[in-house]
Amino acid sequence: MAIFLTKDSKVIVQGMTGSEGMKHTRRMLASGTQIVGGVNPRKAGTTVDVDGTEVPVFGTVVEAMEKTGADVTVIFVPPAFTKSAVIEAIDAEIGLAVVITEGVPVHDTAAFWAHAGAKGNKTRIIGPNCPGLISPGQSNAGIIPANITGSGKIGLVSKSGTLTYQLMYELRDLGFSSAVGIGGDPVIGTTHIDALKAFQEDPETELIVMIGEIGGDAEERAAAYIAEHVTKPVVGYVAGFTAPEGKTMGHAGAIVSGSSGTAQAKKEALEAAGVKVGKTPSETARLARELFAAAK
Amino acid sequence: MDLFEYQARDLFAKHGVPVLDGDVIETAADAAAIAERFGGRAVVKAQVKVGGRGKAGGVKLASDPQDAVAKAEAILGMDIKGHTVHKVMLAQTADIKEEYYVSFLLDRTNRTFLAMASVEGGVEIEVVAEENPDALAKIPVDANEGVTPEKAAEIVAAAKFPAEIADQVADVLQKLWVVFVKEDALLVEVNPLIKSGEGKIIALDGKVSLDENAEFRQPEHEALEDKAAANPLEAAAKAKGLNYVKLDGQVGIIGNGAGLVMSTLDVVAYAGENHGGVKPANFLDIGGGASAEVMANGLEIILGDADVKSVFVNVFGGITACDAVANGIVQALALLEGKGEAVTKPLVVRLDGNNAELGRQILTDANHPLVEQVDTMDGAADRAAELANK
Repeated sequence: MAIFLTKDSKVIVQGMTGSEGMKHTRRMLASGTQIVGGVNPRKAGTTVDVDGTEVPVFGTVVEAMEKTGADVTVIFVPPAFTKSAVIEAIDAEIGLAVVITEGVPVHDTAAFWAHAGAKGNKTRIIGPNCPGLISPGQSNAGIIPANITGSGKIGLVSKSGTLTYQLMYELRDLGFSSAVGIGGDPVIGTTHIDALKAFQEDPETELIVMIGEIGGDAEERAAAYIAEHVTKPVVGYVAGFTAPEGKTMGHAGAIVSGSSGTAQAKKEALEAAGVKVGKTPSETARLARELFAAAK
Repeated sequence: MDLFEYQARDLFAKHGVPVLDGDVIETAADAAAIAERFGGRAVVKAQVKVGGRGKAGGVKLASDPQDAVAKAEAILGMDIKGHTVHKVMLAQTADIKEEYYVSFLLDRTNRTFLAMASVEGGVEIEVVAEENPDALAKIPVDANEGVTPEKAAEIVAAAKFPAEIADQVADVLQKLWVVFVKEDALLVEVNPLIKSGEGKIIALDGKVSLDENAEFRQPEHEALEDKAAANPLEAAAKAKGLNYVKLDGQVGIIGNGAGLVMSTLDVVAYAGENHGGVKPANFLDIGGGASAEVMANGLEIILGDADVKSVFVNVFGGITACDAVANGIVQALALLEGKGEAVTKPLVVRLDGNNAELGRQILTDANHPLVEQVDTMDGAADRAAELANK
C-alpha cells in the first residue's frame, strides 16, 4: 500500500506542454507512473510524443477525466495561472491535485483553498511550492527523483524538497511506502497532520519520518496530533535553528499563530509528544534506523 | 516586504482610506515649507521599520516651521533599535479623542484571512492581546467573499466600536480590505485608528507588509523597496537572481534547496561549537539547476564577503546530477580566476545523491589546491568550521 498515490492512480498534467511540465512528465513516465493525458486548451485534441509514448492533450480537466478516468492532476503552470488551474481541478472534483508551482501569491492560494472548502473538500490538494509525492515502485506525481530508493515501510512527510531527498537517500536501504512533500508556503493544502493520519492508517507503513522547518505552528499542531492519535514510531527533524528571525510576518502574525515559530519550540513540542528528534539529517536517519530495527 | 509608514500611508490614500496630509523628507531644511503648508504645526516622525520609535524619541511635535527643521534635524540620523533614521515624515497634527486598532492579516493556522479590531488602540497590540484578550476581536474573513458591508458590521460589533462611529469604521474596514487584496498584502494594520475632535475616523499610523510572490502583477511595488538599507552583498545577490541572506559568521554556505541550506546552517553552527564558535556567514540557495554560471555567481558573492574564511558547498543531487555540479564548481573557479579575482579561501565540497561518484571524480581530477572533498554533510561541516577557525 501507500498513501494518496498508488500504482492504479491515473495521472494528468496541467501545464504538460511547458518546459518544466514536459521534463517532469518524461521523468514520471519513466518511473512507471500512469500518465494518461495533459491539459492545455490551446492544444486540445493533439497528442505529444513523450519518449515513444503518445500522450493525449485535452482542453479541460473535466474532459481529461471523462476520457481517461484520471484521478490525479499534477500542476506545473506558472504562478499567474496557478489559481485558475487549481480551481478548475477542484471544480472537476478530481481526487488529488498536486501543485508544484513555486512563487504563488498567498492571496491566490488562500482563494483556491477557500474555494476547495466551499466545494466540500472533494479534492485533496498538495502544495503549492512542493516537490509532490512518490510511492516508490508504484507511482510518482511531481518532481521527486524516483531513483533514490525503492519501496519499503517508511512513510515520510516534509515541508522541504531537498531534505526529503536527503532523508530518502540516507535510508535508501530500507525503502519507503510513500514520501510526501507538502511544501513550505504559509498556506498549503495537505498538512503534516493529514499525512500522519494517512500513514497511521496505512498497513504497509511501519515508521514515520516527519520533516519541518521554522515558521507557523504546523509542527506544534502535528505534535499534538501525534500524542493523541499516532501509535506508530515517529522520527522528526526541524531545519532552521540558526535562521534569522522575523522574515516575512509582522507582530500581528505572531499573535495569531500563538507560537513563536522557532525550530527550538517545534523540537520541544515534538519531543513532548514522544517523537525522537534528530539534530541533523544524519542523526535523524540514525534514530529512524534504530527505531525501525527495534520495531522488528 | 515591510513598508515604511509613509509608504503605507500612500497606499491607504490611494485606496480612499482617510489619512492626514503628510510628506516625507531626507533633508531637515525641507521641513519648513511642509510645516508652512500645514499652517505651522507638524508632527515629525522617524521612518524606521521597527516598533517603539515614539518611546525612543523618534516622534516629536513641532510648533512652527523653524521648530520643524530643528526637530527633523534631531531625528534624522538617530539610531532606533539598530535602525538608522534616513527619512522623516511630517504629518498634520491630529486632535485625538479616541485611539483604536484594526488589521487584516493571514491566519496561517486556519488557512484563511483574519480581521483583528480593538477599541483599545494606540498601544502595542501584543500587550492588549496578552493582558486583555477579550478586548481584541478576531474575525475570520473568507478569501473569496471578502469584507462585505455585513462582514464589516460584524467586525465593528465584535470589537464593540461605539454606535456613533460604527458606519465610519465599517467603511474604513472595507477600504482597508481593498488595500489588503489589491496590493497583495500579507498584513495591513492601522494603529492607532483615531476619532478626531470633529468625530472623524482617520488612519494615523499604519503598517503594511507585501507579498513578494505577487511582484509579477504588482509592478509598482519594486519602487517601494528600501534599496539603500539592503546589505550590499544581498543587493548584489538579488541583482543576480540569487536567494541569499547575509549572516554574521565566517563559514560561507552554498547549497541547493531552502530546507537543505537551512539545515546546513544548523550543522555548521553545531560544528563551530568545537572550532572557536565559528558560525555560518550566509544563506545561499542556488536551487535546482546549479549551472556553472549560477555556481560562479554564488561563489563570487560569497568570496566577496570579507567575513568569510572558508566555504562549504553542500549539494544533494536530486534532479541535478552531481557531475554537473562538480563541473560547475571547476568552471566557476576558472571563471573567477580568469576575471583576475584571486580565489584564496578554502572550499569544502560535499556531493551526494545522483551521480555523486562521477562528481567526486571530476573534482579529484581537477585537483584544485583550495578544494577539499568530504563525503558526509556532518564531516564536511566540521572541516569547513575547522578551516574558518584557522
